[in-house]
Amino acid sequence: MSEVTPVPAAARGGEPSEPSGTAEMTMAAAINSAFHLAMEADDKIVVLGEDVAEPIGGVFKTSKGLSTKFGTSRVRATPIAEGTIAGAAVGLALGGYRPVAEIMFFDFVTLTLDQVLNHAAKFRYMTGGATPAPLTVTTVIGSSHFGAQHAQSLEAWFMHTPGINVVMPSTPSDAKGLLTSCLRSPDPCLFVQHSGLLYGRKEPVPVGPHTVPFGRARTVRPGRDVTIVTYGPAVAVAEDAAARLAAEGVEAEVIDLRTLVPLDFPAVLESVERTRRAVIVHEATQFCGPGAEIGSRIQEELFGELLAPVLRVGGAYAPVPFSKSLSSHPTAEKVVEKIRGML
Amino acid sequence: MGETLSAPPGPRMSDPPPPDALADMYHLMLVTMLADKKSVAEAKAGRLQAAFYPVRGMEAVCAALGDVLRPEDRLVSTYRNLGDALAKGVPLRSIMAELYGRVEGTSRGKGGPMHLQDQSVGFTATTGVVGSGLPIGVGLAMAAQLDGKGSATVVTFGDGATSIGAYHEAMNFAALWRLPVVLLCQNNQWGEHTKIADYAPSTDLAGRAAAYTIPTERVDGFDPMACREAIGRAVERARRDEGPTFLECVSYRLTGHTGTADFSYVPKDELEAALKRDPAPSFRTWLTANALLPEERIVDIENAAERYVEDAFEYAQSCAFPPPEELYTDVFADDSWVRSISDE
Repeated sequence: MSEVTPVPAAARGGEPSEPSGTAEMTMAAAINSAFHLAMEADDKIVVLGEDVAEPIGGVFKTSKGLSTKFGTSRVRATPIAEGTIAGAAVGLALGGYRPVAEIMFFDFVTLTLDQVLNHAAKFRYMTGGATPAPLTVTTVIGSSHFGAQHAQSLEAWFMHTPGINVVMPSTPSDAKGLLTSCLRSPDPCLFVQHSGLLYGRKEPVPVGPHTVPFGRARTVRPGRDVTIVTYGPAVAVAEDAAARLAAEGVEAEVIDLRTLVPLDFPAVLESVERTRRAVIVHEATQFCGPGAEIGSRIQEELFGELLAPVLRVGGAYAPVPFSKSLSSHPTAEKVVEKIRGML
Repeated sequence: MGETLSAPPGPRMSDPPPPDALADMYHLMLVTMLADKKSVAEAKAGRLQAAFYPVRGMEAVCAALGDVLRPEDRLVSTYRNLGDALAKGVPLRSIMAELYGRVEGTSRGKGGPMHLQDQSVGFTATTGVVGSGLPIGVGLAMAAQLDGKGSATVVTFGDGATSIGAYHEAMNFAALWRLPVVLLCQNNQWGEHTKIADYAPSTDLAGRAAAYTIPTERVDGFDPMACREAIGRAVERARRDEGPTFLECVSYRLTGHTGTADFSYVPKDELEAALKRDPAPSFRTWLTANALLPEERIVDIENAAERYVEDAFEYAQSCAFPPPEELYTDVFADDSWVRSISDE
């Protein structure tokens, strides 16, 4: 976590004044800052999506001010047609631009799969390297109050198709740094935001350009007894669980993967080799979820070292229910209970 | 409402292109026809281990594209792309090497016939998914508009693609933003194994397209001069950033859906009528009848085309297959992570 430094006065309006300073930002503000800085630095970046232009500035406000500053030919509000938002982004990428396709909810990304998975993810490979398609698809999870078609975590689908980076930040600072890395990446990227985190906890975020490299997990909390491997919105759950376990004398190490592709297996394995226990926590459906691959890899590499089976805490095998009473998302209680059983 | 573009005044025949252009068009039609026939034969013989989609019947449209387009214009094509690739100037040696899965192919043998490309000549992308080239063409036209250098984007697609959602979305985007794109429907009157009248409520695809407020034109796809003029008008509109054009070039598929597919279901009278208009032989007759090229030049072109095709097939089969390490190359720009998670 970055050290807290005084907030530059000019930064309160979102404008960087001291590139070395930090300012308290929500994740939404941090993402907006990343867009402003990246688009200033690279005039090939263009943003497409429903309602991304002013006066709306994106339904989650992450593209606020962009069309006013960079013009509507670079920041285009589109018809409601996800497939062609993504397809146009593929064409722009082939034409030398760095497009961002904003898709309002992860569930709507299903409408882009032909362009994102059949085209963007495969174009570099299918042409022997001649046609990379470096686009960024941004989207949002976590809106279960809309029901099952606006709330699913589909990252495992994208991990399963070679050729696209899968990025899921858990903090404002990481969101800014990872989005900046997406916008500079030579490859397609999927950038998944959580609606609860977008307007959740503020934290000091570098005001100037800030990058976080792909494939470098972050140790959120060190510990010696068990490793909790997690990412995105479940990081806060894992932190909560670790705090509760500490009160019982159990030290849990929490690892935030930040990116699922590329996935930082060396960091995971290094930690589990020390703690000899691992639990993987995510909102995505547990069955065939990211945890299945991570857990399998851990037992392949560390079978003889483990003191307990690798366990998972993931979403139930059911569509995301509307009533909160049915929510199957990981909770600190569930994680604590799982870990108690491993000790 | 969309406007219907009209042909320029005066008889078309009075203003033929210069002899060199006619010679190039004839050569392109012949190379397309001969390479297509040979690919089908090779696939049937089992020597070409590829799903090959013949383009026979569309040679006139492709020759017209070749005459009109410049290297800086971009073309997005389909899996039925042999004629389009040749029109854009992709060397047949590279095309055939790709079809045989060799490392000297346009895509290092990793794409196959559905994924030819050549960025040096503006053969930008091909897709194996029906209709998916249209949204990509929309994006390329947006790029061209942002570049402001007056280059045109052309997307070719079959009549079957006009049924899919991507087509309708892309038409809407192109019209809304007046993008410099030519949406060129290569209507061969078959969607896989289904006749156009059996899958479309109206077989007048240009008429239906006009509802998007895009200027449209419907031309005889067997007539290379009509195609050349229509494509020329549409491409000029795009180069002047005057918006999109929908062009329907109506021809007929002279073969099966794939090189090895049965097509006995095609009505004999329709096929016979279409074969009478087989583009390359018909063009020869027209060139001779109108004394546009001397017989000896025509024969020279025919000999050159045959040699060019023979050479390309021989070359392709002499090339090496991609080495095993190519499996993990180009998944990402940097393949180190892919190798780290793979069993090698």
